[in-house]
Amino acid sequence: MRVAENLNAALHELMAAERNLYLLGEDVADPYGGAFKITRGLSTRFPGRVMSTPISESAITGVAAGLALSGDAAIVEIMFGDFATLAFDQLLNFAAKSVSMYGSRVPMRMVVRCPVGGGRGYGPTHSQSLQKHFVGIPGLALYEMSPFHDNLAVLTEMLAREEPCVLFEDKVLYTRPMHAVPEPFSLAVENGVARAFLDERPDCVVVAPGGSAPMVLAAMRSLLLEEEIVCTLVVPSRLYPFDVELPDARRVFVVEESTAGGTWGAEVAHQIHQRHWGRLAGPVTLVHSADSVIPTAAHLEESVLVSERTVHRVIMETLRG
Amino acid sequence: MIDADLSRMLVIRAFERTLLDLYGRGLVNGTTHTCLGQEYVPVAMEGLLDPADHVFSNHRGHGHYLARFDDPEGLLAEIMGREGAVCAGVGGSQHIRRDRYLSTGVQGESLPVAAGVALHLKRAEPGRLACAYIGDGTFGEGAVYEALNLAALWALPLLVVVENNGIAQSTPTDKHLAGTIAGRAAAFGLPHELVEGADVDDIRARLAPLVSGVRAGRPAVVEFVTHRLGPHSKGDDTRPAHAVGVDWRDKYASPRLDRLEAAAVSRIEAVAADVIARPLSRWEAR
Repeated sequence: MRVAENLNAALHELMAAERNLYLLGEDVADPYGGAFKITRGLSTRFPGRVMSTPISESAITGVAAGLALSGDAAIVEIMFGDFATLAFDQLLNFAAKSVSMYGSRVPMRMVVRCPVGGGRGYGPTHSQSLQKHFVGIPGLALYEMSPFHDNLAVLTEMLAREEPCVLFEDKVLYTRPMHAVPEPFSLAVENGVARAFLDERPDCVVVAPGGSAPMVLAAMRSLLLEEEIVCTLVVPSRLYPFDVELPDARRVFVVEESTAGGTWGAEVAHQIHQRHWGRLAGPVTLVHSADSVIPTAAHLEESVLVSERTVHRVIMETLRG
Repeated sequence: MIDADLSRMLVIRAFERTLLDLYGRGLVNGTTHTCLGQEYVPVAMEGLLDPADHVFSNHRGHGHYLARFDDPEGLLAEIMGREGAVCAGVGGSQHIRRDRYLSTGVQGESLPVAAGVALHLKRAEPGRLACAYIGDGTFGEGAVYEALNLAALWALPLLVVVENNGIAQSTPTDKHLAGTIAGRAAAFGLPHELVEGADVDDIRARLAPLVSGVRAGRPAVVEFVTHRLGPHSKGDDTRPAHAVGVDWRDKYASPRLDRLEAAAVSRIEAVAADVIARPLSRWEAR
């Protein structure tokens, strides 16, 4: 099953299971079924609860917060995660704050889905990975879709947190198969954290969100075959708050597609330094895209975005000195 | 106007005056926005609302709260961070939630949320409405237009009450608002009612059909032409005295008003003395 199908099936199952759950977004209704076809079939099956909206990210997110306040639950699709900036006030100043600013805890069951990432030539305003801008907001939890985490379980967990959550969905994952790791790696998923590993002790651990996982796995395979470097990949479903027990290794890398500066990886590195400083051979190495807008032309986009080649090179150079 | 309504308006006024006095004496932390001159607006509206209706308030919300809940103690404790605070002192003057009342401090932010609540009500509790207070200045925010559009499209039971006091903080309406509020409502095909007087009985009689329409899924905009007699916040009024506007109190001056006002003032003085003496609030559930 492909990731998009898994996500679509998860949404169908959630909507069927809970009569108070709404799904709102631009062009999500059939027959269009969303810009990436993730909501296909939902409006036909759940009329009145799955609705195409005007092009109003702020209002849609506010409506979701209003539904959540009323005891309902809501999933919002932001067509391109880049547009979540238009919903930032509702998320930061209302939805997330409402959980605690009224003195007693107010359950807010809402998920904002944000397709993100480049590699498709959509240009500077339709290709970003804006996760870092949402890190560190009290009452807001961040998740990222991955090929290793069943979306029904992830969405169920998010709604059960009773606080607003953002689900980042790397667009390149939609057409990838679920649960696939290249030979000879094995896959295990425990407590929301997926691990791709070999039986021997790794030379390094690579932490990456779901969207970057396939690229890192490809780099891990070439590092193994060409350099005999053994890596373990760790993919948390929840990016923030970050709480992951890392396998023991002296070198740690964090890979993500975000452009440079104030990255999620910097937050992760800080936590790893605090917890594991004594056992590390050096500081955590951050691998991400360049400090740049994301260009449209394929050759230029490629020069900015983090790639399998970059991951391979940085890991090799760091380990080999 | 019955005693109960006039009395409630005077309690709100006494509360706001006492608050400014407490600020002046350095007894209150932070900032506040008082609704002096606008007290009759929420008192008139509450007569048309049911406790099961939702009310969304804004930064200038003390009157909205006190018109709904006869609880100056809880509100002052909230503003002063004392025991008995409505929201443990976390929210303060402009972030209060109690039952179906909720205020937020960012302009225009509440309208989409109110639309969401109205969407819930339409399906789960037909006949109930969400009432959101905004100001003339709030029309500078895009969220207002997004919400009005959605409310009209989806026939949501949303009542938008605009307190047009002619000034947004320090900027007069003619310097921040092109066109009219009526024109804005018309653009979305929404009914708009302009209220110029302060007689709460007249206001209610006039608005009752409109409010019934909202309950039936015809969202509407009510615009009160009103006057902010006090500063935007505290001590920040740059207007000349003659530009401040008329006070509804002058129109109702009478021995009855004096008697009710004396009672309101003495009640709020007692509330202030009580709340000041309380221990600090505790925030337990984060």
